[in-house]
Amino acid sequence: MFIRNSLVFIVSLISFSVAAKEISPNLGKVASIQLIQQWNRDVFPDGEGLPIGRGTAIIGKAIYQQHCIACHGVEGMGSSAEELAGAEHALTDTPPDKTIGNYWPYASTLFDFINRAMHINNPGSLSADEVYAVTAYLLYLNGIIEKTSVINQKTLVAIKMPNAKGMVNIYKKEAQ
Amino acid sequence: MIKQNDKISITGGLLDRRVFLKKGLVFSVATLSSDPLHATRDDARLPWMKTPGATFSNYGQPSTYEQDVIRWTMANSMAGGNGVSWTPLHKMEGTITPNGLHFERHHNGVPQIEPERHQLLIHGAVEKPLIFDMVALLRYPMTSCFTFIECGGNSNAAWRDEPIQVAAGYFHGMASCSEWTGIPLSILLNEAKIKEPAKWVIAEGADAAMMSISIPLDKMLDDCILAVYQNGERIRPENGYPLRLIVPGWEGVLNVKWLRRLHLTNRPSMTRNETAKYTELLPSGKARQFTFVMEAKSLITSPSVGQKLENPGLYQISGLAWSGRGRITKVEVSADAGRTWAEAELQQPVLSKCFTRFRIPWQWDGKGTVLKSRAVDETGYIQPERSALIAARGKYGYFHYNAIVSWGISNQGEISHVYTE
Ligand code: HEC
Repeated sequence: MFIRNSLVFIVSLISFSVAAKEISPNLGKVASIQLIQQWNRDVFPDGEGLPIGRGTAIIGKAIYQQHCIACHGVEGMGSSAEELAGAEHALTDTPPDKTIGNYWPYASTLFDFINRAMHINNPGSLSADEVYAVTAYLLYLNGIIEKTSVINQKTLVAIKMPNAKGMVNIYKKEAQ
Repeated sequence: MIKQNDKISITGGLLDRRVFLKKGLVFSVATLSSDPLHATRDDARLPWMKTPGATFSNYGQPSTYEQDVIRWTMANSMAGGNGVSWTPLHKMEGTITPNGLHFERHHNGVPQIEPERHQLLIHGAVEKPLIFDMVALLRYPMTSCFTFIECGGNSNAAWRDEPIQVAAGYFHGMASCSEWTGIPLSILLNEAKIKEPAKWVIAEGADAAMMSISIPLDKMLDDCILAVYQNGERIRPENGYPLRLIVPGWEGVLNVKWLRRLHLTNRPSMTRNETAKYTELLPSGKARQFTFVMEAKSLITSPSVGQKLENPGLYQISGLAWSGRGRITKVEVSADAGRTWAEAELQQPVLSKCFTRFRIPWQWDGKGTVLKSRAVDETGYIQPERSALIAARGKYGYFHYNAIVSWGISNQGEISHVYTE
């Protein structure tokens, strides 16, 4: 009796998992490589996703003054939107300052965010070269690169941000 | 009236929670106005009983006398679509948030998406990258999930040194609760055939911010759904129409609205909203990252800051509790600043990762005191006091504030937000 019942149980488990897989009406259409390339803008710290292009802080400053200064202020400080530079306090101070220069762990994040979201009134309007340049300008304002450094697919990835080791992955820790 | 055998068992005037079920209790009501009701002969048949009422409407609206039950909005002065709105929890009862009152956090406004042009792309570490339109998605099997969504930055004003004096919902109301109905994500991911080394999924919205964030694949396969409906109707534009990712119990920012792309990868992409934001700086200078789960929290919504107890007497304390780790198992209430605690009644059914309504009767004696509530969830986690939270995390983490909330009652019945230690 006991064995028969548990057998029935196992059989019904199997048929359930088969059902769960078959339950999809399978209406997805295969997406072409071209479509995926057009849609996918994700940029990773190791450089995956970075487009071809280049820029320097000198060029970036002009772009910043045209498209960003209204909200982010002169040299990234003191306007309506987040401060992009000029941290006066360390992360351990009371209160601390958290800006690109002392808090952001990866330079790739800056490219990714500006490329997808800024400037906020016309997102997606900057070319890859312009995004590299304005990224370079913000890195320069934060004391991370020289004014003349060329930022491109390779050099952006090579940048070690001051807070690169500042994050503790709590999800991983809890899983252990 | 309180009868003799309804013992006031706990200090501070809290009554046995089962007292509710007995008849004959006269409740006082915390109010903002103090107009006494006066009956005249005209009241026997009021004007709306003497003429036919309004005709039918295609979509109902709240009573015109409830116009102050609204979201509180705050946006950037130069970018009106960047900001938040809070749910007025202090004016609500039960556990479900009406769709027009669900909190909002937008990074660059609410897109007006034409459903015929909206598509969802699944790509990356899958054998078959797939694209779906809404017509196709509406044919998939659906399920419902009653769950809260809480912004990781909810209640952040409570980190400040001085207790903020705004209505409870307007600083704890970046939390709302709905029945979300949609397609279990596992069905779509299995259709695309997940392959090695997929461990993370980067989800992206179709808003002007193209908001993106990385989420562990395990969670996606466990209980995430691709929601199409919210409380029975199609999701409102400001909550993600036509598709929203629901990640039960985890930070609001992961519940990507206007979902248009899922990218399976072996690592997170370290987007701005998982590095610069939604990470919590500790006093050591290190920051907690990927702190996905919203830990247990509770607050008394009535009576609460800004309301007034008109006179000594019997009141019903009512509040909300929730936990991103599962069910709420117990909520205790203190009416004497935390010296003694009494167990509140939990409204059934108590669902996992869902708002849970708690209530307890309280006899106010007219003296100054402090009300608090403390939630416990099924993992045994107990909502911490503010001082304990600050001892563990410091004051500058900004996100994930879930400490006990204290309402100070003056001997005039005025209610303010207080810190007790
Ligand atoms: C109309 C105002 C406006 C303009 C113009 C603007 N921004 Fe922003 N920016 C914002 C707002 C508002 C935010 C906050 C976004 C959010 O909360 O999601 C922001 C956020 C940012 C951030 C993230 C900051 C952080 O600490 O998380 C960066 C980087 C940034 N902007 C760069 C730029 C650049 C580069 C430009 C010019 C190409 C630009 N912005 C133009 C309003 C603006």
